[in-house]
Order: sequence, then structure tokens, then C-alpha cells
Amino acid sequence: MTTTTPEGGHEDGATRRDFLYIATGAMSAVGAGLFVWPLVDQMNPSADVLALASTELDISTIEVGQAITVMWRGKPVFVRHRTAEEIATAITDDSASLPDVALDADRVQKAEWLILIGVCTHLGCVPLGQKSTEVKGEFGGWFCPCHGSHYDTSGRIRKGPAPNNLGVPPYIFLDDSHIRIG
Amino acid sequence: MSNPGVTNQVMQWVETRLPIFSFINHSVGTEYPTPRNLNYWWSLGSIAGVALVLQIVTGIVLAMHYVPHADMAFESVEHIMRDVNYGWMMRYLHSNGASLFFVAVYIHMFRGLYFGSYKAPRELLWWFGILIFLAMMATAFMGYVLPWGQMSFWGATVITNMFTAIPIVGEAVTTWLWGGYSVAGPTLQRFFSLHYLLPFVIFALMFIHLWALHTSKSNNPLGIDVKSEKDTLPFHPYFTTKDLVGFGVFFIILAYWVFFNPNYMGHPDNYIPANPLVTPAHIVPEWYFLPFYAILRAVPDKLGGVALMLGAILILFVIPWLDTSRVRSATFRPIYSKFFWIFVVNGLILGWVGANPAEGSFILIGRIATAYYFAHFILVMPIVGWFEKPKPLPDSIAASVLGDDTAKEAK
Repeated sequence: MTTTTPEGGHEDGATRRDFLYIATGAMSAVGAGLFVWPLVDQMNPSADVLALASTELDISTIEVGQAITVMWRGKPVFVRHRTAEEIATAITDDSASLPDVALDADRVQKAEWLILIGVCTHLGCVPLGQKSTEVKGEFGGWFCPCHGSHYDTSGRIRKGPAPNNLGVPPYIFLDDSHIRIG
Repeated sequence: MSNPGVTNQVMQWVETRLPIFSFINHSVGTEYPTPRNLNYWWSLGSIAGVALVLQIVTGIVLAMHYVPHADMAFESVEHIMRDVNYGWMMRYLHSNGASLFFVAVYIHMFRGLYFGSYKAPRELLWWFGILIFLAMMATAFMGYVLPWGQMSFWGATVITNMFTAIPIVGEAVTTWLWGGYSVAGPTLQRFFSLHYLLPFVIFALMFIHLWALHTSKSNNPLGIDVKSEKDTLPFHPYFTTKDLVGFGVFFIILAYWVFFNPNYMGHPDNYIPANPLVTPAHIVPEWYFLPFYAILRAVPDKLGGVALMLGAILILFVIPWLDTSRVRSATFRPIYSKFFWIFVVNGLILGWVGANPAEGSFILIGRIATAYYFAHFILVMPIVGWFEKPKPLPDSIAASVLGDDTAKEAK
């Protein structure tokens, strides 16, 4: 058999050694990739943080117009017993120009109980407006002092740099006076 | 022996096996030619190097007593302040040292801007300087979180929340950074780990910065190239001595802050333990971030603000090509040198706006100053360089420094 190819190689000039280089390189890349993922993923929330913490609370002691703050997953949750007036304003404002459109009815299970994650959607500060002495902003809801975002009586963003409404956490009414968040 | 300075037998024995003495001599000794006209603005680089070493030394010491745990961090810092021998001094040196490190680096950067040190052939040298600056900002931010006071906690919350501005993956990235659903214990521990790591990254970057410097050599106040040996002096003893004077001034200023006014640049709210339920009324970053904080707040849009703030630093990477003037030093640029000082004042205004709440006229001033910041790079640099008629450059460094006659005689 006559041969014009290099020793141990093929007609296109590739050799067994080229194949070994590529195979070694490819396996190393796969191996490195496989090892990088655990290094990255270890920074994600650990199992104990992930374990869905839930918070139960008694809301029977919260008078109309009052609000309390509870902790859930390391974040403050606002529980506000809205006045009839606040509910009316929130429903009227359904048709106002809203940066993040949402109906008040979709943000509450019972109209008098407004339950929100108390974290400004801009850069994560806790808005003011829970205590009667605090400023509530131009729309009677909450005001974030960090960069000046105003939320209304449905927790919707109305003015300022925040892009979204205050979040609504998952919660259920266990009975008329108890709720479980989470 | 390649190095005439090595005469000692032991040194010669070492030199033949590891040429450390000739390396030192070549880097910072008699064999490193340095433009003879360098002024004191050129001392800030080595001063920044000293500040970095000081941060590493005091930081290693503080880490022997600090506890990176959400329940114990605040108390361990108080333990350092009250119980550890000289702990208060180590901590004040570390916190004020960080501030002065930034002072040195900011002056160093403005020096580079004024004398055109970013221009060819020093573009990579400039780039590694920006990388050092970015690493410094990350390190300083994470260090400020460690005492776990109110400003630590809420500063960390605001800064990490910037990542939620990234479209689609923002929330996932932020959760990943936090290791939870808010800034908490896991965040503190990883910040401690990274705060210990990054200074060594800065150290490595600094060596690459110096490598590039020793390749293209120092720029100088005239901005013209070194043409002959007469334009230079050996680095040692001329500039080692000059740098030592700078170190002395640096340590005097540092001593003033540490011993007489240690908390001036801090914030009293950080002596209140972190409370995830109460945001301080007025969150401000450390002074060295204020101009960038003002740019963040100048835009009424979350993603826009974050992008512009990042852009304010990243734009520095392209200024070697935005500046169209062939003359390096602003000393010979009658129009640009005025714009340079306007830019400096504009930077101070941004810092002042950043220190104040985002309301009333501060919003408008912040927006104008932000617009001007970018206009300086995008408009002033290319346009002025194009039409400005620079003053005549001197023939050589020696001619300028020693007088034309001497230079001619020497010819």
C-alpha cells in the first residue's frame, strides 16, 4: 500500500496527537465547568434559609387605621388595617395613571386588610408610614426616605424612582383574626 | 557581576543564584531612569502603595479579633475598640487609612488626567489603574459592611439592590449575592471572605500597573518624551528621597485623623447595631462614593441610574481615544486646562449633591453636574483637542529644566 500521509496521520494533515490534544482540552473544559457550578451555587440560599419559613399572627388587636410590622424571611411585612376612606381612595385610584398597573381588589383578600412586603422596590429600604407619626407620602400610603418613592393606600408606586408596587406576600386567613404569611 | 553595586561576597553569592539585587536596582534603583522634572504630584502613586500596605497590615491584625457573624460582628468591633490592646488604633488606622488611600488615588487619577498620562503609549497602564480603582471600591464597600451597624446594613442593602435593576436575571443574581432573601448573616460572611481576598488582588494588579509603568516609563509635567540621558535622573537616590518626603506628609495627615478626629469621616448611625426593620432617615455612602451616588440618583429610572453610575467609571477606559489632542500635558493646552479645572469643580459639586438628600434644587443641580461629567469626556475631550492650538513645546526636558543655554552647551 502506497502512502503519502505523514506517519500515523491522515490525508488532511491531522495526526493522532491532534486528536489527543483536542480530546484532553475538551475533557478539561467539561471538568472545569462541572467544578465551577458548585463553587457558584454554594452562594445561593442554603437549605435552612430556603426552608419555607412562615409567620402566623393575631390581627384582632390591630385597630382600624393601625398598622404593624412583622418579620418574614428576614424582611419586614406590613399589615395595615385600612380605614373605609383609605379603601375608597385605593379603589378610586384604580383608574389613575399608575406606573405599575394593578387593581386594589387584586392586591387584597379582604379589603380592610392590606398585607405587603415592606421593602421599597427601588433599592430595598423600608418605607415610612407604619406609625401614625411617620410621613406617609403624597398618596397617604408609604414614603421611602432613601430616594423619595411615594406609595398609595394600596401600596402601589405613584411617584419616585421605584419601578414596581410593594409586593404582596403569599398569605391565608386561618380564621377571622389569624393569618399565616408564607 | 552585572550589578556594580553588589560588592559584598554574600550578596554576590545570592545574586548569582537569584538576581534580586539587580532586579531591585533595575526597578527602583540607580538603573531606573526617571524624568528629572517630576513634581510632587508624582508622589501620590507610591503614597497609594504605602496606603495599601498599611491597609493590609492593619486588616490582618483586625481579622485576629473580629467575628464575621451577624450576632457577634458589632460586639466584636466594640471589643476591638475597648478591650484589645491598641485595638482602637488599629481600627482607626484601617478606617481612616481607607479614606486617605482614596484621597491619594483620586489625586493620582486627576494628575494623570491633567498631564495626559493616559495617552499612548500608556493606555494599558491607565487601564490597570482603573481596574485597581474598581477593586478598591468593591473592597471598601465590603469593608464598610463588616461592623454590621445601621449604615453597614442599609448601605449593603441599597448597593446590592442595584443588581435587581438587571433585566430578567436581576432578582436571581441578587438572591445569589445575598445567600438569602435579604442582606443577612450569609451576606456578612461572604463579604468578610472577599474583603480579605480583594486587597491581594489589588496588590497583584498594582504589580501589573508597575510592570506597565516600567515598560513605558513615567510621564512628566511637560508631557514630552525622554529624548536623552540628560532628561533623566536615576530613581535612587533622587526619587526615593522625594517619595520619602511624601510618605512623611502622608503619615502626618493620617496621624491627625487617627488621633484627633477619628470618626469625622464615618457616620454616627453606624454605632447603632444593624436593624433590618428600621431604615435610617438619610442613607449616605462614605465620602469617596458620593459623586457616583449623586449620578445614581440623578436619573429617575432604576436601571438608567445604575447604568449611568457604572458608565461614569467605565468611560475612563476609552479616554485615551476620546482625547484627540497630540499634546499630553494640559500645561501647554490653554483651553483644555480651563476645562480640566471646571471638571474638578464639577466633581466636587457632584460629591456635595451626593451628600445631601435628593430633593428640591439638589435634584436639578445633580442632573446638570451629571450631564457635565459625561459631556467633559464625550464632547470637551474630542472637540477641544481638535481645534485648540497648543503652546509650543520645549525641545527637551533638560532644555526646559536647565535652561536653553545649558542644554545647548551640553550639545
